[in-house]
Amino acid sequence: MEAKSPANTSCYNLVIVNQDPINFMNETNSLIQIKGLRDGLLVSLDDAPWEEQRIALLAQVDGQPAFFQGARLALDVASQVLHVNELVDLRDQLSERGISLWAVISESPTTEKTAQLLGLATRISKPRPEEGRKFAVDDLGEETALFLSRTLRSGTRIEFAGHIVIFGDVNPGAEIISDGNVIVWGRLRGMVHAGAKGNRNAVVCALDLSPMQLRIAEEVSAALKPRESPRPEIARINKDGKLQSEFWSPG
Amino acid sequence: MPAQVITITSGKGGVGKTTAVANLAVALASDGAKVVCIDGDIGLRNLDVILGLENRIVYDIVDVIEGRCRLKQAMIRDKKLPELYLIPAAQTRDKNAVSPSDMNRLVKELRNDFDFVLIDSPAGIERGFKNAIAPADRVIVVTNPEISAVRDADRVIGILEAEEKGPGALIINRLNPSLVKNHDMLSADDVLDLLAVELIGIVPEDENVIIGSNRGAPVAFDPKSRAGQAFRNIAKRLRGEKVPFLDLDHADGFWQRLQRLAGRK
Repeated sequence: MEAKSPANTSCYNLVIVNQDPINFMNETNSLIQIKGLRDGLLVSLDDAPWEEQRIALLAQVDGQPAFFQGARLALDVASQVLHVNELVDLRDQLSERGISLWAVISESPTTEKTAQLLGLATRISKPRPEEGRKFAVDDLGEETALFLSRTLRSGTRIEFAGHIVIFGDVNPGAEIISDGNVIVWGRLRGMVHAGAKGNRNAVVCALDLSPMQLRIAEEVSAALKPRESPRPEIARINKDGKLQSEFWSPG
Repeated sequence: MPAQVITITSGKGGVGKTTAVANLAVALASDGAKVVCIDGDIGLRNLDVILGLENRIVYDIVDVIEGRCRLKQAMIRDKKLPELYLIPAAQTRDKNAVSPSDMNRLVKELRNDFDFVLIDSPAGIERGFKNAIAPADRVIVVTNPEISAVRDADRVIGILEAEEKGPGALIINRLNPSLVKNHDMLSADDVLDLLAVELIGIVPEDENVIIGSNRGAPVAFDPKSRAGQAFRNIAKRLRGEKVPFLDLDHADGFWQRLQRLAGRK
């Protein structure tokens, strides 16, 4: 787990509202940290069971309603694996208390996915520090990929520090940002960025490659024209340093 | 049988959510169902105007939630259909006056007394939208055959899926068959191709809709209006009947039909 030292909180553009973070100990000694951010509060949970943490957080809120009323809250859940119903419940319970949950930061890809599904942010202000990322490509080897078997609708943003494979369509208004390659078994009509950390060897392939915008590393190309009869296609940076796409052909 | 709770939403504003709620309510109630509509657009209420009930409002939904009146007192009975009721939104408050659990409680109270509870969602995907979909058994997404509206509908459907409210059913509103024919408007197929959800109705563009809204008499009352017919068909589909879709390509006038009969076109 990432150390929550004061040193690496600076990356969140912190404006410390309370000199001492409010520390709340419950019976199991799990620790909830609450810090003031420029545009809201950051609550950091640890790896204790979710139910206990949730109860502790709500108890904390109920104990100081005036402090929390109307707050925008970002939640750092460490490596907790959370599913849709758990986050929805918490969000509703917070909303009943006048608090809006806008971001969930997690080291778990499942939780990140859940948060993205619910339209919550998964980054605050700036990305997490590199050394804090548990699933950087280097750590997990080149084979690391996020596999999603569904259609990505408008407003969905998938970011992953490895390859991304989508089994389904990527609709206009959806965004895919990958540090590695992007493969879409379906229609790619949203925005796609492969090699987002600067890998110029990254490729994007799709059965129907008609993205709103395609980026590989720093190269950007505007919308490719929708094809009358789409064929599998691959886009990469060619020898001249330009984005180029070509149809797949057998043999 | 407990009521079916249906929320009508869209993402984008101005695509015809409120018109759809008013017309589906009228169509269902004319067919003998007991219907209550809830205007979820607190602060920007409209449903009362379209149903022609504006001048009868004494209490509204926020009064019920904050305990200033009983639920029955806020329910306004329609002028023509005795089985149709409206719970109006408050005009002088905002969406934060209501929470999703308030909506759940309120709808629970209505479930046993009605066949249909129709909730008119505000535009957007914020608090008011969350309130409106919280109690829904089923969500209907209204869109226009227009790229921006379809994009927003796609976003809303994504949120519905994430919240486990199902993908929803789709109404394509204000389709103009002659524009589609000239490739100047998205066709129903184009819209469905992107959204990939169940289609529950296509409502053609019809000026009677605006006339009806302004008069407080939804077009579903008008037996001659094609938009009214489309809404009546959607109402039937909501009750589980199989009704074929209107043949919009052949929606033109007597003369064209005659020409077609004569084999000229």
